[in-house]
Amino acid sequence: MNCIDATRLLSEAQERTLAKGERLRLGIHLAMCGGCRRFARQLPALRRFARAYARGEHERSGRTGPDA
Amino acid sequence: MGEKEVRQAPAAAAEPLFADEAFLEALRRRMVQFAHSQLGDRDAAEDAVQEAWFGALKNLSAFGGRAAFQTWVFAILKHKIADELRRRGRLVGAGDIAADDEEESDLTALFDRRGYWRPEERPQRWAEPESALEDQRFWQIFETCLDHLPPRQARAFMMREFVGLDAGEICGVLGITANHLHVLMHRARLRLRECLENRWFGRSEEP
Repeated sequence: MNCIDATRLLSEAQERTLAKGERLRLGIHLAMCGGCRRFARQLPALRRFARAYARGEHERSGRTGPDA
Repeated sequence: MGEKEVRQAPAAAAEPLFADEAFLEALRRRMVQFAHSQLGDRDAAEDAVQEAWFGALKNLSAFGGRAAFQTWVFAILKHKIADELRRRGRLVGAGDIAADDEEESDLTALFDRRGYWRPEERPQRWAEPESALEDQRFWQIFETCLDHLPPRQARAFMMREFVGLDAGEICGVLGITANHLHVLMHRARLRLRECLENRWFGRSEEP
């Protein structure tokens, strides 16, 4: 499995449950690949951003400013 | 989905919502843009926005401010769009979905010939994604990145993540196979991720 396959499976996992074999092969790839591990962590963040955006949360943030 | 989260609009401190024409115009423009991307036709988009707008106005007294109003009106719009898409069963103009060959170039830009990340494209750690939610500048970048998605990818991504349709419903509406949907979602996520990293998460100091 290369990074294209791994990111594809990670993306599909947002739409469907992966089969056991897929999870296994993906797990092996992720163990070796920091790039794909970070990609995996970013997918839930992308979803969170999209939902917050669609709910209009970003308008609210205009007044608070960055806290970082 | 989302509707019950939305109902808890604060009843306090009503802003003069309708005195702020710039706000109303910007909101309306984004609604039409969103509806247009989903419905594929301008008239249907205008109709859906009109209905959503009207629906929100009927409950105006419930809104404590523009954030609550916007949340509400978008929630209604999403339901109108979802209803319209389900009613149609299939999106008009879905034929153009087939021609996504040009999107092949996405992958060769990001991955080498063996399908591994190019070193300069490898995802980096995102520092504090939660705090981005609070930053108005982040949302401008997010909007820009969404605008840069190819139309078919944008439509699929928004149906999934904004309208909240599941994979089967999106395939039915767009008249595409599950495999094709997975391709579109994969490309959209790769692009959006990269865009956000280049324009936001990557610009701060290395973690």
